[in-house]
Amino acid sequence: MFYSISKQGINFLASFFVLTLFTFALANFFPEKLAFLYANQIDQSLMANHGTNYDLVEPNLFNSYLFYLQQLFDGNLGISSVRGTSVFSEFFTYFPATLELSIVALLFAIFLGVPLGILAARHKNQWQDKSVVSSTLIGYSMPIFWWAMLLVLFFSLWLGVSPVASRIGFEYDISPVTGFMLVDTLLSDQPYSLEAFKSALHHIVLPSVVLGTVPLAIITRSTRSSMISILNEDYIISAKARGLSPVTVLWKHALRNAALPLLTIIGLQVSTLITGSLITESIFAWPGAGKWLLEAVYRRDFPVIHGAILAIASFVILTHFILDLLMTYLDPKLRRKK
Amino acid sequence: MNSQSQFYLHTRIPSTFYLWWSHFKKNKLALVALVVFVLFALTAIFANIIAPHDPTAQFTEFVHLPPSWYDAGQTQFVFGTDYIGRDLFSRLVHGARLSLSLALVVVLLSSSIGIFLGVITSFSNFWLDALIMRIMDFILAIPSLILAVVIVAVIGPGLPNAIYAVALVLIPHFVLTTRTAIRQEKNKEYVTAMILDGASLPRLFFTTILPNILPPIVIQLTFAFSTAILEIATLGFLGLGAQPPFPEWGTILSESYNNFMFASWTVTIPGLAIFFTLLSINLVGDGLRDAMEIEKK
Repeated sequence: MFYSISKQGINFLASFFVLTLFTFALANFFPEKLAFLYANQIDQSLMANHGTNYDLVEPNLFNSYLFYLQQLFDGNLGISSVRGTSVFSEFFTYFPATLELSIVALLFAIFLGVPLGILAARHKNQWQDKSVVSSTLIGYSMPIFWWAMLLVLFFSLWLGVSPVASRIGFEYDISPVTGFMLVDTLLSDQPYSLEAFKSALHHIVLPSVVLGTVPLAIITRSTRSSMISILNEDYIISAKARGLSPVTVLWKHALRNAALPLLTIIGLQVSTLITGSLITESIFAWPGAGKWLLEAVYRRDFPVIHGAILAIASFVILTHFILDLLMTYLDPKLRRKK
Repeated sequence: MNSQSQFYLHTRIPSTFYLWWSHFKKNKLALVALVVFVLFALTAIFANIIAPHDPTAQFTEFVHLPPSWYDAGQTQFVFGTDYIGRDLFSRLVHGARLSLSLALVVVLLSSSIGIFLGVITSFSNFWLDALIMRIMDFILAIPSLILAVVIVAVIGPGLPNAIYAVALVLIPHFVLTTRTAIRQEKNKEYVTAMILDGASLPRLFFTTILPNILPPIVIQLTFAFSTAILEIATLGFLGLGAQPPFPEWGTILSESYNNFMFASWTVTIPGLAIFFTLLSINLVGDGLRDAMEIEKK
């Protein structure tokens, strides 16, 4: 177990190292090069040291990279060239919104996708299976920006049952504590906190359905295929032969064994969710990290572009690492392997 | 029964492609999808014959004209017109040409680079293999659209840059597919026999291994093709790919987005075009995979 953990740790560090090399190269392509990292360093002491010489950018590439790493570990990602605020702190104001939306979307995908997949596997080649499989194909082929517009057209413009933009009604004043609107509204001591929670819930439904559609299709398909292969195993047949009820066989014997490969698939959805959040957030005016990055691209705010890709990619690499550790812990086969 | 077959015990050995096709054509859904896809491809090829109008011509007296099946519609503009009076049908037909040809360029670019790198990694020493695989893992770790957006942000929005970005994002999938497939075949006896016969590396790859690793690569190609169409359209929708007035599907959608409250057809119809193209390609891909799996057994 120690061997596999250390191997995963080395993999994680290597990925992170390649990431910093990439963003370092990227930053050198920017018109302002690495200068944005130095921006908040030009204080009095530096002025005194360097006199009138403002040419702080290191000519030596290796020293420059070391300086870059040092700045990253100090949490200095430079300051936004549009707003003049610290990119590092901006990320932590925008990212919780993305995380909240992604978590709700993932829960939607899991709680709908796994039962649908099981249903399809139980009734293999019957009409239930065929309709589930064809709906997953439709979900998989749906361009989600178009899907979002269709849902808005139907639920917001025709039926008028769903709001189309932002995280909460503008009449509520909720101070951010955790950054998760659903939690903050409940924590808030305002008299209208329950109404605010309902409003936040109301706002998150449509974006999370849009964002969850592709993961839903993928999770349903993989649940179906792994359940089908497991239901043909000998231990399922013997469990049935011992007279266990179909429900016990399905939930206790089959699903438990399908859970591990499913966890890998769910882990891979982190990337899909982040990609989708870029589109979903721009359509639903959701103030998250995806919209933050897109706005930065439109305004050519290079420090923010640099900070966003670094932070988002680090997040993805970190979640994959944590999931790998979790898999090692959960899977007895991996645990015993030296 | 003719006289020949009585003299020669000749059974016709069907080619692999024929076997794939014979399994594929039993799948009716995939067959329909193939027909739909061929129709889209023909539309793309003969776009300037099919399209009744120029895709950028503005008919200022017919702004936001509904499709022809509405009472207010005109048969001259089958799918209606957009916010500056351009014929939607002509724009979509030219958009098919643009989307399919761009996706083809992307797939050719990424598959040739990806398969080349995949061959290199599977026949090279440990260090080169580790280096290439680390880089590919890294590209896979960054969410694809984020990477494409950032590349476009650095080298500037526009169609050629969007193509490079999407092609780069797709390369690792080809490298991984090729590498895994070659690793499975490499130590089999027929390959060893060819090596002992003194086959050169290109010959070993093209005539010995390639025919045997074709199924995963073909499936990967169809997957890459639909991904390329979707990503190019997404970049166009976000304003980072093709720029207006280019009749690219994603760009058409982003232009119509502001008016879709009162001109919903300018959103629904272009979306249907993207959706059916993707659906037909994915169905054909699924059908091919099933056919090749049956053949493998």
